[in-house]
Amino acid sequence: MRALAVFRGSTLLRSLAIVVIAGVVLILVTDSLSSYRNLQLAYGGYYFCVLAGLTVLAGSSGQISLGQGAFMAVGAYTFCKLNAAPVAWSVFPSLVGAVVAAVLIGIPVGAAASRLRGPYLAGATLAFAVGLPAVADKFPAFLGGENGLSVNPPTSPHWLGSNFPLERWEAWISCAGALVVVFVLYNLTHSAVGRSWRAVRDDEIAASLAGLRVGRRQTLAFVVSAACAGLGGGLLAAVLQLTTPSAFPLQLSLTLLAGVVIGGLGSLVGAVWGAALLVFLPNWTTDLANSFSLSGNVSHNLPIAIYGLVLIVAMLVWPTGIQGGLRALGHAVRPAIAGRARRAAAEPASPEAEGGSSKDEEVKASQP
Amino acid sequence: MTKFIDLTLSGISSGAIYAAVALALVLIWRSTRVVNFAQGSMLMFTTFIASAVINSGASYVEGFVVALLAGFALGAIVERVVVRPVENASPLNAVILTLGLYTLIVAIAGMIWGNTPRSFPAAFSLHGYTVGGTTLLFTPNDTFIVLVVIAVAAALAFLFRRTSLGLRMRGAAFAPEVARLLGVRVGRMLTLGWALAATVGSLAGVLVAPSVFLGPNSFDPILIIGFVAAVLGGLDSPPGAVVGGIVLGLALSYVSGYEGASLVPLAALVILVIVLMFRPTGLFSATKERRV
Repeated sequence: MRALAVFRGSTLLRSLAIVVIAGVVLILVTDSLSSYRNLQLAYGGYYFCVLAGLTVLAGSSGQISLGQGAFMAVGAYTFCKLNAAPVAWSVFPSLVGAVVAAVLIGIPVGAAASRLRGPYLAGATLAFAVGLPAVADKFPAFLGGENGLSVNPPTSPHWLGSNFPLERWEAWISCAGALVVVFVLYNLTHSAVGRSWRAVRDDEIAASLAGLRVGRRQTLAFVVSAACAGLGGGLLAAVLQLTTPSAFPLQLSLTLLAGVVIGGLGSLVGAVWGAALLVFLPNWTTDLANSFSLSGNVSHNLPIAIYGLVLIVAMLVWPTGIQGGLRALGHAVRPAIAGRARRAAAEPASPEAEGGSSKDEEVKASQP
Repeated sequence: MTKFIDLTLSGISSGAIYAAVALALVLIWRSTRVVNFAQGSMLMFTTFIASAVINSGASYVEGFVVALLAGFALGAIVERVVVRPVENASPLNAVILTLGLYTLIVAIAGMIWGNTPRSFPAAFSLHGYTVGGTTLLFTPNDTFIVLVVIAVAAALAFLFRRTSLGLRMRGAAFAPEVARLLGVRVGRMLTLGWALAATVGSLAGVLVAPSVFLGPNSFDPILIIGFVAAVLGGLDSPPGAVVGGIVLGLALSYVSGYEGASLVPLAALVILVIVLMFRPTGLFSATKERRV
């Protein structure tokens, strides 16, 4: 019992346990998945990294960024430059490089963003998302122009055997990145940093009276989300072995927004739902279009239409997303169970495994 | 020097289009405090309608008028059906909602007309005027664009300043409670504001379509630049939007001519950030600066 209490008290231990358990489960699961499913898991891993960063930014800090696709591009291009021939770093140092590059670009953008509010911030980050990928056209020799950059497939280490499937190794790399993101964000949102973000989100004036440097806190949140997006972009490049400007259109950034909104802003578990949606929705809609023999135009655009509908409907009727809905369900069900077991257990239900969000947390933003 | 003159002239013409988009955003911001990020896709959609009308054998003028009517209807429907519920919610909700609308309209346009960009006819010749033996980059069609935008800006100014309808619309936007007490149908005025704004946006779409090909995503940069122009002018001020559009058109024309067209959206971002750093409420806004 005492060990359990220590475990509950320490965010670090709790997050480590979550990460280790999730890691073991993922390793076991990838063994039984087909190579196609493993590849999908790898896609989900890099989407999760980006969505987790964005959901913490929007949910905890109350800012919104429509520029996450551009930060993914930064990470992906950096990964390709570091992983390919002249530099030829191995995968993991290249991923670190991708994160560092996203942070370096995220600092000035975040500093500018911390001065902007509501629609101004959305418009500025939108301009960033539209503008940045076009830079590749400006330096065709260095960034490959329209054709982009490519890298060799990541090679699995020798101790895994020579015929270890590539897709499984890609899934491992991607999930490892996702678990690092979980570990970092879980600890950040449950620490003084996360509390200061929420304080700034809820009332900037009160937060600054309490001695918080509002602008710096917001910049930090923005840079953290940029770093997550950079890692996601690096993983994307590692998994797809190709990076082109057309892989990061404005649509990608809006799709990511749809992913966090449907998962529930501020919830790390919600980011898992969002990542799953982003991976599976295009497949489902293609199947649907095939079974109803719809034209190519319709089936290509159906996922995008659904993302748009998700954003609209979520804002009109269900702003807390899937995770918010599940949590409300949990709160509705819990008293019934707790009533039966009230005498048996004095402690409340297990701590929620998500980014410091409470049930009454909704989409919040500072006043314009 | 010829290049500089050329860039200045084409900057004025593209600036007129940015001014029209900025006007559309400003009209909506004034009436409902929502930045309509769906504007870019709404004007794309109505331009596609115009294109379909013209391709079916109708004249350019008929297509033009149909686009404006479609814009009016689309604006009214959008305000009435999806925007009304979030008008008093947190600003982030409205932002996400209009972005969802943007995404949905882009997808629907792609479903109906495909994602391959197509050409769109111009009202007048696209061959530049010849002055003293050199051909300028300014065409009769550019003259048409500039004149149309000036006429629209003047008509809007007349509507808001000189007519009782304009007075009611301003009242509904700035003092809804008082306006309602005095018998103004506030909701109807807000819907009318969105419809007018979307009409101006459709106009910009038809005007710009000949120079960028018409596709579901081809107006994304126009939306960004129109937004920057509106912010430059203060988001609240129609004259500011026009001036912001022209200034931005000139600046981006030089960037595009001397540094390459791919840098234009980034240059717009840099201008936006610099303006907001030094004049957080834009160059022409009368509202008080926000302080924290």
